[in-house]
Amino acid sequence: MVETPNSERENVAAKDSSGAERASEVRAWFVREVLPLEAVLVQFLSRAARNKADVEDLRQSVYMRVCAAAHKEFPDHARTYVFGVARNLLIDQVRHEQVVPIDVIENLEILDNAIDERTPDRAVIAREDLRKLQAALDKLPERERNVVTMRKLDGLSVTEIAARTGVPERTVRRALNDGFRALADAMLQEVPDMRRIS
Amino acid sequence: MSRLSPQDLGLPASAAEIDSRAMEFIIGRASLGWSDANEAELDTWLAQSAAHQAAFWRLASIWDRADRLTALRPIPLRTEPDQLSVRGRSIYLRTAAAFFLIAIVGAGALYFRTDTSSRKYATPVGGHEMVELSDGSSVELNTNTLLRIGIGTDHRTAELVRGEALFRIKHDAGRPFVVTAANHRITDLGTSFLVRETDDRLKVALLEGRARLESESAQGKPKRVAILMPGDEANATSQDMLVSRKPIPELESEAAWRRGILVFHRVSIAYAADELNRYNQKKIVVADTAAGARVFSATLKTSDPAAFARMAHDFLGLRIQAVESEIVISR
Repeated sequence: MVETPNSERENVAAKDSSGAERASEVRAWFVREVLPLEAVLVQFLSRAARNKADVEDLRQSVYMRVCAAAHKEFPDHARTYVFGVARNLLIDQVRHEQVVPIDVIENLEILDNAIDERTPDRAVIAREDLRKLQAALDKLPERERNVVTMRKLDGLSVTEIAARTGVPERTVRRALNDGFRALADAMLQEVPDMRRIS
Repeated sequence: MSRLSPQDLGLPASAAEIDSRAMEFIIGRASLGWSDANEAELDTWLAQSAAHQAAFWRLASIWDRADRLTALRPIPLRTEPDQLSVRGRSIYLRTAAAFFLIAIVGAGALYFRTDTSSRKYATPVGGHEMVELSDGSSVELNTNTLLRIGIGTDHRTAELVRGEALFRIKHDAGRPFVVTAANHRITDLGTSFLVRETDDRLKVALLEGRARLESESAQGKPKRVAILMPGDEANATSQDMLVSRKPIPELESEAAWRRGILVFHRVSIAYAADELNRYNQKKIVVADTAAGARVFSATLKTSDPAAFARMAHDFLGLRIQAVESEIVISR
């Protein structure tokens, strides 16, 4: 894995000794560079995992390592770095389990190439996101969908939702928590169009 | 053959547990009653692990994105309105402080509600007026503005017929303040926001808290709604609505007219001329498109079109010519 320090950013980081400011830089970098890779990353990880919970644990572990590294220095290429971390993690797991999922490592580069680096028009992104949001909402169980819709689309507070539905606030919070996490997974993990790479 | 446990991977808890905790913080933080102690608890939790940070950042980014996306969403006719509802109409507000907003409506804008109890306020070209309302709110009217305000025991409405105004609303949960402008309605959700518009376009920018922007329902047209968050600026026409995010200071500089100045940052001469012309009888005429396309940044007095013309001459090398009630700018 290539890890040449990004000189410009490193200088900023060196001057800025404040942890909070560094954290906000890491956050911006993470949201901008790493999160868009999630769909492909999850697809990659799922080849080596048995169920969704395993995939999510692996994903979380990749993110943790990537963020921890970014606090020290930003990798030059987020994409290469993220998939490098994922590959190492899977190799560890393969060793641990004494199982060799042959296609995992080989497919890395194909998946890597699947990430479209073009930047589409902002309005196109927004409309595409909206379509994803709608599709993700449709997949939620009814109660979660209702609660998420009332909170995020109608702008009601948890207290108001509880009052309107006659359901305890605690239950509303639970449904909102579960529903929104599922929504985030769906929005970030929709599989990109793989036909483009063939 | 055992699979790796989260601990083997260096995680103190499963991804689902961490995500759930992160989600609790996000939901709590977006609620009223979130205290400094809560914020400190969040900071501590974030500092514990990069996994906590990643989970929180990831979910928070989608949480914010969902808010902005709602602007694009046509509201479907609800077949089961408030299916879970047991009580009556929602009340959009609780505590929260005042919010303020600016609205500019184009001359062609229609207004659609005539409240007999409403009072009319107007400013001429170049005018600027502050109005104190009986409920403790206040409104500042910019140049060439016409506004109707109705404050009753059960309602507070303002209708911007023309122009631009900055509202500072004293919050009242029982009487939500509703501003209507250019076929849109802006409702205080316990917030501080700012709206602005030209011609048939409405621009709403939120400075603090939350506000709801919705189009008036018209036959054959889907109703659109956006929940606005701080820094959001919505651009709406009768056809669509799009929300983008701007730094708060940039939004605040759009209200600089209150101090009698206009702040231009990388705008064209043509755009600035249009803006200045709203404030003055002496109009600036841009004679050719090449001159109008020149870009500049400056802070100018609203009442001094001659200073603008001098700047165009001195710094951009453009030709200026005073003709009776006009100043002509050309290459």
